Amino acid sequence: MMIPACRLEDLPRGEAHRLDIDPPVSVFHTDDGELFAIDDTCTHQDASLADGWLEGCEVECPLHASKFDLRTGAVDAPPAKLPVRTHEVAVEDGMVYVRLSTDAPNLPPCISARLAGGPA
Amino acid sequence: VRTVAVVGASLAGLSAVRSLRKQGYGGRLVVIGDELHRPYDRPPLSKEFLSGTLGEAELALETDDEDLQAQWLLGVRATGLDHARRVVRLGDGREVQADGVVIATGAAARTLPGSEGLAGVHTLRTLDDARALRDELTRGGRLVVIGGGFIGAEVASTAYILGLDVTVVEAAPTPLAGPLGETMGAIVSALHADHGVRLECGVGVKGLSGETRVDAVLLEDGRSIPADIVVVGVGARPNVEWLADSGIALDNGVKCGADGRTSLAGVVAVGDCANWYDPRAGFHRRVEHWTGARERPDAAVATLLAGGAVEPGVPRPPYFWSDQYGVKIQFAGHAAGADSVTIEAGAADDRDVLAVYRRAGDPVAVLGMNQPRLFTRWRKQLAATAS
Repeated sequence: MMIPACRLEDLPRGEAHRLDIDPPVSVFHTDDGELFAIDDTCTHQDASLADGWLEGCEVECPLHASKFDLRTGAVDAPPAKLPVRTHEVAVEDGMVYVRLSTDAPNLPPCISARLAGGPA
Repeated sequence: VRTVAVVGASLAGLSAVRSLRKQGYGGRLVVIGDELHRPYDRPPLSKEFLSGTLGEAELALETDDEDLQAQWLLGVRATGLDHARRVVRLGDGREVQADGVVIATGAAARTLPGSEGLAGVHTLRTLDDARALRDELTRGGRLVVIGGGFIGAEVASTAYILGLDVTVVEAAPTPLAGPLGETMGAIVSALHADHGVRLECGVGVKGLSGETRVDAVLLEDGRSIPADIVVVGVGARPNVEWLADSGIALDNGVKCGADGRTSLAGVVAVGDCANWYDPRAGFHRRVEHWTGARERPDAAVATLLAGGAVEPGVPRPPYFWSDQYGVKIQFAGHAAGADSVTIEAGAADDRDVLAVYRRAGDPVAVLGMNQPRLFTRWRKQLAATAS
């Protein structure tokens, strides 16, 4: 299913747009003009990668500086150890759409515990 | 370079090993670590691990499928560096022959003289320290934290969450004034009082009382604070004693250039034990941040492999974070040189603040409390201004 994210003109290069779905997903517009969508929550601890430091095809978590490759979701720098999911992005008539991955997300322990009803 | 010895198996050492492989070094690699554990992440030791929300397995820094093709000598301490013979001496009498050496031996928690052997007195630096403190905290009681710095404040916050009665004693008039400046140090350390944690400032500690187990902290003004558990958080000193007869230049740690090189050829130093030259400041700074231990090995390894022939890049302003009482505290840059601090967003009373430090109008540092998005923007701007 393609989910409309935002208008391309509302997402300047170097910026990110967070979709408040569960779990949240963010679309990144790189300085080179490429668009990538990944899970927004860092796999290490609860932090929004849309708030992070975008550089090239890499985003650094705003809290603990884990780095993720936007193209593959792979961890480029610790403390995170698990990749984020990547999602397909398409642009039609100036609108950015995201096709969500059907893989299971790698959520950080605090969120996984909350979803399971345990202590956060 | 045919063999590299990395002395130190924590974040800086592991990052050096990863950098070596990433930068194409295919030779023999020996990692020496004085703790028995594989590399683990220390920041949670005063927070999620101490409160019991994070287990030991989650502290591991290596991923399950990672194979760095290194030989790990763990639970053994390096006791000397013989540069003429290109040998690292170990505490068990063994020697490691290496033509390249990365020094990453970190720092050790400072202790309170006279507190040795008294039960209930803790420092917090290693996983074993954290295990021991966690076991005591779960039994509850009265905790006195000596030192209102980041480790002390985080332990106080965690102990408060666990339901202990907590007092923090700080010798300086304002906690965190060194790293954050007086104004913001006062605002951040007000988090203690917000949560009913007592903060005693401007008074030194004379000693501890107790026969076999601590029962009180004695203050220099004559007061005595009853205590079942004491945590001493009064900073760390670089682990460089083992280098005393090596001939390497030491000055508040291993004295290094802006690229990690030391006074000895084929030897670089990274992490908390390394006192790197800061070209922008024009003097050496020993930085004890997690991010420095993670990032600087890239440059130091490049220096090692190139024999010192590479020009070091401009490092990003130092960055660290702290979590206290549910508030995310972030800081980048250097507060020391600032002549003004202004709150650009949020309100100090709400503990929800973005503050910018300036010197002659130029931003030199930024502090965030629960402001990750704005903080990152300012941090990026700081890096752009600095480079």
